[in-house]
Formats: sequence, structure tokens, C-alpha cells
Amino acid sequence: MNWAEQGPTRREVLRTIGMMAGTAVLYQAMEVLGHAKETQFAGPPNLQGARPGTKVVVLGAGLAGMLAAYELAKAGYDVQILEYNNRPGGRNWSLYGGDTYTELGGATQKVGFSEGNYLNPGPWRIPYHHRALLHYCKKFGVALEPFIQMNQQALVQSSKAFGGKPMRYRELHADWDGNVAELLAKAIDNRGLDSVMTKEDADRLRIALREWGALDQNFKYSKNYRSSRRRGFERAQGGGVLGEPIPSDPHAFKDILDSGIWRTVAQHMNIDHQHAMFQPVGGMGMIGRGFAKQVEGKIRYNQKVTSISQQGGKVTVMHTDTGSGVTGTTEADYCVCTIPLSVLSQIDVDCSPGLDAAINALPYSNSVKVGLEFKRRFWEEEEAIYGGISFTDREISMISYPSGKLHSDGPAVILGAYTFGPASYKFAGMTPEERIQRALEQGSVFHPGRYKEEFIGGATVAWSRVPFTLGCCAQWNEDTRKEHYQTLVAVDNRLVLAGEHASYIGCWMEGAILSSLDAVTRLHSRALEA
Amino acid sequence: MRFVLFAVAALIASPALAQKPAKALPAPHPGAEVYQNICQACHMANALGGEGAGKIPALAKNGTLEAAGYPIMVVTGGKNAMPWFRGALTDQQISDVINYVRSNFGNKYKDKVTPAMVAEMGVPAPKGGMREQ
Repeated sequence: MNWAEQGPTRREVLRTIGMMAGTAVLYQAMEVLGHAKETQFAGPPNLQGARPGTKVVVLGAGLAGMLAAYELAKAGYDVQILEYNNRPGGRNWSLYGGDTYTELGGATQKVGFSEGNYLNPGPWRIPYHHRALLHYCKKFGVALEPFIQMNQQALVQSSKAFGGKPMRYRELHADWDGNVAELLAKAIDNRGLDSVMTKEDADRLRIALREWGALDQNFKYSKNYRSSRRRGFERAQGGGVLGEPIPSDPHAFKDILDSGIWRTVAQHMNIDHQHAMFQPVGGMGMIGRGFAKQVEGKIRYNQKVTSISQQGGKVTVMHTDTGSGVTGTTEADYCVCTIPLSVLSQIDVDCSPGLDAAINALPYSNSVKVGLEFKRRFWEEEEAIYGGISFTDREISMISYPSGKLHSDGPAVILGAYTFGPASYKFAGMTPEERIQRALEQGSVFHPGRYKEEFIGGATVAWSRVPFTLGCCAQWNEDTRKEHYQTLVAVDNRLVLAGEHASYIGCWMEGAILSSLDAVTRLHSRALEA
Repeated sequence: MRFVLFAVAALIASPALAQKPAKALPAPHPGAEVYQNICQACHMANALGGEGAGKIPALAKNGTLEAAGYPIMVVTGGKNAMPWFRGALTDQQISDVINYVRSNFGNKYKDKVTPAMVAEMGVPAPKGGMREQ
């Protein structure tokens, strides 16, 4: 079979265009053919020519707020940021040893992690196609390293399969593909696909299935060298006298079905979880710090915004110092507000009824993360698990091994819980100590005899109790998008909103960045027209 | 559930007390478990809520709970950043937890909410669901 017989491949077409017309045409052609697709980032906005003395107050020193301030200051605006926390970054945040964190309700944790170890309570990974965020990380000198999302050596545990015993992702994945391939090949043999395929295509598919599923010459997925090259050997290949490998037995297909492995496999096919993924060296909070350096001296910390007025041809923001209780007023010509809607909906905002309705329309999601520090990387030393995620149907949903400082000695932190759905409420309702204990208990299923035994201490953040957001992210649905989205993002007199909630990449840093760039671009036009 | 575990532990710890047949343990309120598993994630175990950049209202000694229709509307329909729980909880669970809150935490409202009232007065779950798929 020769694929070239079916006409030139796309690669051949592209090469031809490239030789004839240079790379610009090649790039355009790639776009037309559906390659080079990214989020909507056409480069930094390059705003210029602000009217001298025009002031902008930015509410919130998260990524959206700091980027807005950076771009507007570059354009010539006089910019002031007001921030509720005593640090920059907002939800872009890492908890390190020595940090203290007090959640709503008053529970305070003193994080005891060793030097260099951290928990990322919020964002923790960056897809390769989040080009705007990657652009600014590079520009602002935030060092990135690979984030290992998928690891076939990690474990998958289900209460519904293998008596609850965790199994290697690799074995389950190989056996899933192998069994599906065998069944499809059987369907072809039984002429089950005759109505949907020509004989010629069915023959080609049959051969393809053998290769894809590691089937034997009889189109069976069986115990042999071929399948073991996928799922691992009973006795691994070695050297010398006992060098010969012993193949392993595939699991029964019913057990594979019970395990639900396709959900994990499918998750990694999602564009948000495909490799390459990145993380900042030293914790996600390094991005917030990197951005803050670009707007140094412009951030006033510990300021709780209480009202936003647009009366009298200006913006007037009232705020209270959370330390001293002293109230203050900041006046400006324009305002970029990045306060999460969960908080903004409780602030007196002077805006159109439509924007007011939009601000009040969105529920916020919840999630809990738990970081667990262990004396050593037993998962690396004893099980050869380097980064990646082990999945479970328990409430913690997963444990993620650190992608940084691989192969090093000393204590390391595992993400011991990342909850979804009802489990998030259940975990958030516990005290921090209870969350850590529950995460330790549930996660020990993956590493019995090590997990509890080598545990040092933990830290946890329940997003419904985070003082500066009261939740994770805005939750849009089709109806609220139709009714409120355009109103929410529109410039309202002298005010424009930005943040992940004002994007279609909700809950990702890229959404905050792209929303911010769009908001300041439109606000700049508005200011020049005025 | 945690109430039950605590009760069992108390029995084991004090066998003398356990042998007294007269003292039956009071059954936990059916709404207590719903409160612990859902509501206290934000409103806190003591129902006092919390305050940061924004506020999570206290349910303790809360006058707005007097008219039963109000908590029915909020729990079924959500309010601002608070998600709706229609669909996530049954009408029975919603009435249980409202009754629990209205008769605890310093609230002493005598009238009871029934699942039928939740069905009648509750806000239907939005068609669009909680999020985009």
C-alpha cells in the first residue's frame, strides 16, 4: 500500500510552496490547511499615543490586571493598581515553606515545606498552544520547564476493577487498544463492516489494526513479545544468562472495561492536556512575580475595593486598607476592573443595568487542592514514576508527582488531591487538617507502606474559602453566554472588565491574558475618541 | 455520617454509659449530612460564613430565612456566585437541609419546608447546565 498514490501529501504541497515563495506564503498556506492553529494571539498590542496625563486605575494585580497596567503604561497612561492581597499574582500563586495562609472561617496554615518545595493551589500547567501566556513568560524572564502530564508508568485505580488494586496506566492502555483492535478485526472477518466500507478499505484497516493494537499474526491480542513491548514484560529484558525477557499476560477485557481506562486516555487526547506542557521553574507563582517586576511601584497592596463610581466624567474608586482600616479614594479617567465576579457582584458598581446583570449572573466553581510533602521521592526511586499523574475514582481524583527537580534527593511535594464536583464541597467543608488527612488516606492506595510512612506535612487550599475569590472560576453556559457575554466585555462608559471570566478560555491563565489585551486595546481606542 | 461515627466512638469509649438502656441516641437531622457535605464548604461548620474581599453570608441567626420561600429560591436557583443545587440535590434533600438550617444555628423557625414546596416554589435547573461542555 502506497499512500503517495492518492495524490501529493500536504507536506509535499507545503514544501513546494515554500520553495517557490518563501516562508510568509508557507505560513499562510499552513493556516489555510489547518496547521499552526493556536489561541487567538496575534502578538502584543503595541498601544501608542495616550493623551498625556490620562489616568487609569486597574483593580486587581492578577495576571490580567498587571498585564493591563504594563501595556497601558507603555502606551503612556498614568497607571495605578489596587490589590486586595499583600502579594501580586491573584490566583497565580504558589505556597512555599514559611508562608502563612488564612482561609475564610479563620483557619490558618503555616506551610512547613522544605526550601524550594511548593503547592500550586490554582493553575499548575500551561498548554503549548497558550501562546499569549508563553509570549509574556519569555518576555518577562519567567523560566519554564516541561510539565509531565501523561506518564504510562503512573497508576490508575478504580473501585470497580481489579479488586480496587491500582494498575499501571501502560498495561491498561495497551490492553484497551489491543482488545479493541482485535474486536474490530473480528468484525471485519465476520463481514460486520461490509455495509460501511469497501473490501479494499476493510483489508487496509485490518492490517492497520494489527499494527495499532499490537496483534499477532492471527489478529489476536495475546501474550507475546509484541504485546509486552507495549504493556511491559513479566521479566524485563536484560543482559547475559537471564537476559531473555518473559512476556506478560494481558488482563481480561472485562476488567479493562470495568477500569474505565478510556476516560483517562481520552483526557490526554484533549488539546488542553496534550504534550508539550510547561510549568514555571520554582512554582506557578513565579509568573505573578515576573509580571509584578514589570509594574514595580504601581501596585498598592492590602486595598479592598468597596465602590466604583463613574459620576462627574471620571472614575472614583473607594477602598479600605485591610491592615489599618483607613479608607481611601482613587480617581482616574478610566478603570480596568479584573476583580472576580464572585467579589465584584458584592461591590457597588456604577454601570449600565446590563453590565450589572451580567456581573450578577455567573456562579463560580469550586475545587480543593492538597499538597503532601514526603521525605524522599520513593515513587521515583522504587517505582520509576517520574512526574505525571496517577488517577483514581476516589474523591481526591488524582495524585500528581512533581515534574521539577527529577531524580534528586531530599523531600518533595506531591499534589495529593485535585477535587471535582461534589467532592470539592465535601473537602472544602473540612478543616485543613482533615483535608490533609483524608488526602493522605485516599492517596495511600497508590503507594501502600510508603505514603503515610514517609509523609512529613501538607498544605491545602479550598477555593470556596479563598478570601480574594470565594471560588475558582466563572461558570458560563450557552444561555448566559448569549445573554450576558458581549455586555460583560463591552466598555461601559469609562469602565472595562477583564479576567478569565471575560474570555472563552475560562479558568486558564491564557483567558485572563487574552481578555486583558483585548480590553486595554478597546479602552485605548475609547480614550483616543473621547 | 461523621455524627454517627462520633456516636459509635463515644459508645466504645464509655462502656458503662452504653449499658444504660434508657438513653437512646437522638437520630441526626436528615439535613445535617447535606449541610456538612455541601453548605459548610462556604457557610462554615458554625454557619457564620466569612468575610474577605467579598462576603459569604452567615446562615446563623439569619432573619432572611424567616420566609421559607427565600431559602428555597436561593438553594434551587443560586444567587450571584453561589451555584444552584437543583438537580445536584433532590427536593427531599433540599427541604431537609433548609429545615436543618432553619431550626439550628440560633434559628428557631417552627414551620417546615416539604419537598412539595420545593417542587412548587423552587427555581428550575437552567437548561444550559452548570457549564459549557
